Amino acid sequence: MEFFLFSSINTFLTDPLTHDFMRKALFMSSLVAAVCGFLSSYLTLKGWALMGDAVSHSVMPGVVVAYALGLPFSLGAFIFGVGSVALIGFVKQKSRVKEDTVIGLVFTGFFALGIVLVSKIKSNIDLHSILFGSPLGISLSDVKQTVLISLLVVILLSVFRKDLMLYCFDPRHAKTVGINVHFLHYLLLTCLSLAAVVGLQTVGIILVVAMLITPGATAYLLTDQFDNMTIISVLSAIISSLIGIYCSFWFDLETGGSIVLAQTFIFLFAFLFAPRYGIFKFKKLFAGYKR
Amino acid sequence: MEKLHYQNYRIYAENICVDYNGKVALYDANLRLKPGQICGLVGMNGAGKTTFFNALTGFVNISKGKIRINGESLRSAQKDQTIAYVPQSEGIDSQFPVNVWDVVMMGRYGSMNVLRCPRESDVQAVKDAIERVDLTDFLSTPIGNLSGGQRKRTFLARAIAQRASILLLDEPFTGVDIRTEKLISELFIQFKNEGKTILLSTHDMIHVREVCDLVLLINKTVVAYGETSEVFTPENITSTFGGISPDVLFGPES
Repeated sequence: MEFFLFSSINTFLTDPLTHDFMRKALFMSSLVAAVCGFLSSYLTLKGWALMGDAVSHSVMPGVVVAYALGLPFSLGAFIFGVGSVALIGFVKQKSRVKEDTVIGLVFTGFFALGIVLVSKIKSNIDLHSILFGSPLGISLSDVKQTVLISLLVVILLSVFRKDLMLYCFDPRHAKTVGINVHFLHYLLLTCLSLAAVVGLQTVGIILVVAMLITPGATAYLLTDQFDNMTIISVLSAIISSLIGIYCSFWFDLETGGSIVLAQTFIFLFAFLFAPRYGIFKFKKLFAGYKR
Repeated sequence: MEKLHYQNYRIYAENICVDYNGKVALYDANLRLKPGQICGLVGMNGAGKTTFFNALTGFVNISKGKIRINGESLRSAQKDQTIAYVPQSEGIDSQFPVNVWDVVMMGRYGSMNVLRCPRESDVQAVKDAIERVDLTDFLSTPIGNLSGGQRKRTFLARAIAQRASILLLDEPFTGVDIRTEKLISELFIQFKNEGKTILLSTHDMIHVREVCDLVLLINKTVVAYGETSEVFTPENITSTFGGISPDVLFGPES
């Protein structure tokens, strides 16, 4: 009986690995999850969740235009991602409309433009795979591109890790000690657009925002130390994508949805049981028990 | 010749104006502070106190006027970490996942390499600063678990670790316990003896009398400026606070 249980767990874990597309999907999703998870801790602390939503939706027309022109789709996505943020800033400054309204207005506009373009430009773009991702059908050139972009983002975030933390915490102090705050602002935006681009493939435009928000929020509930927060955020993102992909393989579920759902469940767990900030404060319970 | 004139002053602000999208927040403001002077910045909410700080830290651009720090431009003052800013309690996210050590270490960032790796001297500066504000027992306490006074002292330690010669403090006495209040007052005297220049904003009129050599009364522009004993008169205060008499503000004996 014990042997049977062990071997079936073994089969559960190793069987998918015999398929080439599954190995690729597992690798890609973990990579993307790690990148988005890393960035996520900054976005949560900076209060940029809505900005993540905006940028990830706004890259849509960029992807379509790039495909139509035969350019790397990451380039198009990047231009539109940064463009949308610039536009949001411009409209906010020049009108009396409030920021959250402007964000909602601009990104839905961009998103709609993307959808219209897809229907108008004759190409082999699959609207479904842009919207919901297709980690099981990634081409080799896409893998290369994703790995390159991911490495770039991870290097940028690692080098400017502490400056970005200070920028999120107290930008005015950063400014007074001679740190270039504008540079950090655009660095974070650039990383956000790039992360949206790589996330788009695994979970799609609609759900990539979850990859950018949920891991950071989960980690925020679990620690009071910034470095730990980053680590927890990355780990929870990777674990979620593994769980998601395995579940989608065995139970025939939509992959992107499964990954995000796994993240949501991990958040829920932290929300309920986090030692200090959970609903049931376990630390207190144990402290009482010891006495 | 002209430059020499600025160099006599730590802070030299001449006719500075700040506007946000066409709305004037501060106009024709002047301020000259020398080493070892403590100046109180007093005004109503929305009178331009925070704007004044923003201008001096370079957080907003001035639309007119001139700011010189030790005779140099604001940019070079930032490069030399000449100015330290101690935010008011509401100005920071107290739930941010950093501890006392992390925050004080931020005071050293400007003089570190690009990866912000602390050197031996940075570690020592941080230790000394934390000791001066009496928080040695709280090194690894997250700032969210500190009291208002302890948090204020943490940010004061950051300014000390920065080794700035100018300190800008936004409401240093608001929301702190008596112990912290006493410690801050003592530190001010030490700073003064070290030749540091301090500009602090406050709502509390009693503190102005106690700690400030000079007072700058503002209401979108400078209402009065000078020695505390001369400038801090009922008439001046009344006009600063838009016609409200000082009796209402801090008791009839004033």
